[in-house]
Amino acid sequence: MAGSYANSSEYIKHHLTNLVYGQHPDGSWGFAHGADEIKEMGFWSINVDSMLFSVGLGCLFLWIFRSAAKRASTDAPTGMQNFVEMMIEFIDESVRGSFSGKNPLVAPLALTIFVWIFLMNLMDLIAVDHIPWLASLLGVPYLKIVPTTDPNVTFGMSLSVFVLVLYYSVKMKGPGGFFAELAFHPFPKFMMPINLVLEGVTLIAKPVSLALRLFGNLYAGEMIFILIALMYSGGFGLLFVSGGLLQLGWAIFHILIITLQAFIFMTLTIVYLDMASQTDH
Amino acid sequence: MNFNATLIGQTITFIVFVWFCMKYIWPPLMAALEERNARISEGLAAAQRGQQDLEEAQAKVSDSLKDAKQQAQEIINQAQKRANEIVDEAKDSAREEADKIKVAATADVDQQVTAAREHLRKEVSVIALAGAEQILKREVDAKAHADVLDELVAQI
Repeated sequence: MAGSYANSSEYIKHHLTNLVYGQHPDGSWGFAHGADEIKEMGFWSINVDSMLFSVGLGCLFLWIFRSAAKRASTDAPTGMQNFVEMMIEFIDESVRGSFSGKNPLVAPLALTIFVWIFLMNLMDLIAVDHIPWLASLLGVPYLKIVPTTDPNVTFGMSLSVFVLVLYYSVKMKGPGGFFAELAFHPFPKFMMPINLVLEGVTLIAKPVSLALRLFGNLYAGEMIFILIALMYSGGFGLLFVSGGLLQLGWAIFHILIITLQAFIFMTLTIVYLDMASQTDH
Repeated sequence: MNFNATLIGQTITFIVFVWFCMKYIWPPLMAALEERNARISEGLAAAQRGQQDLEEAQAKVSDSLKDAKQQAQEIINQAQKRANEIVDEAKDSAREEADKIKVAATADVDQQVTAAREHLRKEVSVIALAGAEQILKREVDAKAHADVLDELVAQI
């Protein structure tokens, strides 16, 4: 498929561009064609592909788990039911292990994060060209099918988690307690400004690292898939075969990566919320 | 990395998903799991009880089996004792009878021996008399004496 592009860098750039909908500088609304137009649209534009795939996958998750919840009974579970209950127990165990307090929000939050991120990451395993090519037949110029390679998606989640962290910090420790935690550690009180800077950075680093870790891993993984896909452009030959082997290897390795990334995001969320909820600091 | 309104859209989507999960997915599944947990532990407890009952019943069975065996042994012992007694009685009476018969037979034999002896004595005296008579009739003939003596000897 790379043959239809001017050169390799064009191919890579194309695959890393979102389908953006927004207002053109001339006032008309429509999809952006190329990076320049995306820049011109500014903040009030939307990555249609990220939204579509993330919402679609999220709904798939909710539908599977909701139908399992409806069928939940005390009888022996079978098939999908079994799988869903296994997931629930796995999450429940993780939350129990890391979260010391009692909070009805944490476990569902962890479940949503884990399954949703896993599903979004899973799109990475679909060969990079298939769906964009199908979409191009329908006249869609750009399509990025892995929502977690879009920083908007990962930051959307990590910032929500961050807001929860702030909320529970203030709620459990009180505004004064939260401030004390930021201001009076790790140095004594008279060095308050330094403490504030240090702890402030630590605090801000939480959502940023959470989002960037997921984004970075998936973006890099996708990039390598694209580079491997480039090897097919030379026609059938040694490069083609080794490209196939590479893609297979990288995909198998990625099965681990995508699960691990989803798990890390979930576990860190639980840990951050646990830290926020702890009063005896 | 260009940020745009997707960030806001994602945040809203995320919140809605978490809310839905918290409201409609987590509680029913968790409740079902806990209920099943309770049911399973109940079943396990019941199984335990059943096992215990079975063990008790088995103990009871082996007890009564032992009793029955003991009783049977006692009965056998009694029967054997009784049989021995009967045999002994029979032996005793047989011995008595035999003794009686022996005594009677001995008496009889004695009587007959006495009678025979009496008879023999009479015979001997008769023969002796007859021999003496013959010897007195032919005292010269030594040869004849010898004959007579021989005859006498043969007759005794």
